[in-house]
Parts: sequence; C-alpha cells; structure tokens
Amino acid sequence: MIATWTPPAAASGAGAPELLLAFDRGRALRVLVCPAWFDEANKLRRFTAEVMRRLDRAGIDSLLPDLPGCNESLAPLHEQTLEGWRAAMIAAAGALRATHVLAIRGGALIAPPGLPGWHYAAQSGPKMLRGMIRARTIASREAGLAESSEALLAQGRTEGLTLGGWKLGAALLAALETAERVLAPGQSDLAQSAVGGPGLWLRAEPDDDAGQADRLAARIAQSLAGEPG
Amino acid sequence: MTISHKLEGEALESELKGLIADVLGLDPAQAQAFGPGSGLFGHLPELDSMAVAGLLTEMEDRLGIVIEDDDVDGEMLETYGGLLAFARAKLEA
Repeated sequence: MIATWTPPAAASGAGAPELLLAFDRGRALRVLVCPAWFDEANKLRRFTAEVMRRLDRAGIDSLLPDLPGCNESLAPLHEQTLEGWRAAMIAAAGALRATHVLAIRGGALIAPPGLPGWHYAAQSGPKMLRGMIRARTIASREAGLAESSEALLAQGRTEGLTLGGWKLGAALLAALETAERVLAPGQSDLAQSAVGGPGLWLRAEPDDDAGQADRLAARIAQSLAGEPG
Repeated sequence: MTISHKLEGEALESELKGLIADVLGLDPAQAQAFGPGSGLFGHLPELDSMAVAGLLTEMEDRLGIVIEDDDVDGEMLETYGGLLAFARAKLEA
C-alpha cells in the first residue's frame, strides 16, 4: 500500500511528506527497510518490494520510506547529507513503530543503530563512490574528455559532483569518502552468498529474481521465528 | 571481501569468469567457455562503458586488487586473455 511519512524538518530542509511503501497490518513485527541508493535503488526497487510482499505473507509488516531527495521525493538531492539521512531513518523508525531494520546495500550506512536487523549485501561509502566516479571517468573518456578520479573528487569536496545523473552535494560526497557501516547490537550481515545468484544491482537494467526474493525473505522470517537463520 | 590467499591458475580463471558472468548477466556456461582470444569490449553487447565500471569495481572487490584510472585501456578489455593477464599482473604486483 502507498502512504506517506514526514521526515523531521532538519533532515530534508522542508519537512515535507515523503512516499512510503508499506505492508502494514498492525502486526507485532515491523521491519523498516532502508533502501539501496541512487542507480542501485532503481535496480533493486522491484526486488525490494518482492521481499516485502513475501514478508507480508509470512505475517511480518514492512515499511519502505523514501529518503529525502530520492525516488519520488521533491526535496533537492544535492541538499541531502549523510547525517540528515541517518536522522530521517531514526525518525522513520520511531514514527512507523519499527521493531527491526532491513538495510540494503548503501542503506546499511544509515540503518538506525537502535533496531535489531540485517544488512543485506552492505556497501561502504568509499566503494560506492569509487564505482560511481569510475563510471563517470570511463564515460568521459569515451566522449573524448580526460577526467581523473582525483580531480573529480577534489572538485566534489568543494562544489559537489554529478555522478551518473545523481547530483551529490559536497557534504554528502565528503562524508561518503570515509563512511563505513556499523553493525549495531542485534544487527547481522546477510551476504549475497547467503541469498545465492548474482546480485541484482549488477544488472544493466532493473531486474527481478523470485528465487532470491524467496530466500532473503525466508532468512529474515526464520531469524524472527528464532530458528537458526 | 578479504582475500586471504593469492588467487592463482585455475582458481583465478574460475573467479574471473564467474564475475564476468555475474556482472554482464551471461549464462555461466558461456563465460566458462571463454578462451584467451574470446572478445570482450566491442564484442559482447552487454559490455558497455557502464558495465566496464561495474566489472572493474567487482574485480577489485573479489580479487582484492586496486585498479587505477591509468590501468584501464583498450588492450586489457579487448579479450578475455588480456583481462586475465591484467588481473594476474595486478595480483603479482
């Protein structure tokens, strides 16, 4: 079901309502989903929703809020910061009464530390940046422009940088250069090897894999049921 | 991912073929059949410039190597043999 949630004013600059995709039947177990970022968000959107659909069938509520500046959000992306997104996810966890968190890829960088849960195929800030900058330098080279990663990063730290069409502000870019996710107490890793098959964020186009969604949802449901997950 | 031991010989080939298949969405059997002369960039429609970025990033992750801007040229990407030689040289460096 489609609903909205309202991040704190400080997080988005405006405190405007953001989209929320929710399977919310008021059940005891409520999983906040911290989505993947940027291009990976698009590639994993359907997969994420399919995992939530399976959790619903397993009797578990799940809540996927838009980050300010991402997906359907009207807030400008270049004004967003890592700290702002962290605060937004903590606020979402409280407002939506989440009991657990499922963080996907870059979402692990902003998983609320107060919730138990899982980091699926967690991605670090430096690796994310490196991949995005490399895509830009390779595309530039094909267009006959010589851009170096170092020069782009230096420019990005002061002016912000557009990578793959995503306009990142200087503060977010600088924070990502050193951002490592932290497994808070009660949180554990769910590596891609535990789900099986190639990660869908590697696809050139958004794709779906029912088997992977089955296995990821099953691991979470088993873990919540107290079985060895 | 931490690589605790150096990947060599068949293990390196298998890892490299596996990651090419994963990144490009190829049938694993197609990738496993690659030989030194199998064409990559310019031969596989799946391997466009964005996929090159993904391939290099995945190679860094899974092989535990660092690939600089200057390392990337047409020769290393043209054939499977070129990419394998590049990976081997990086692992031995």
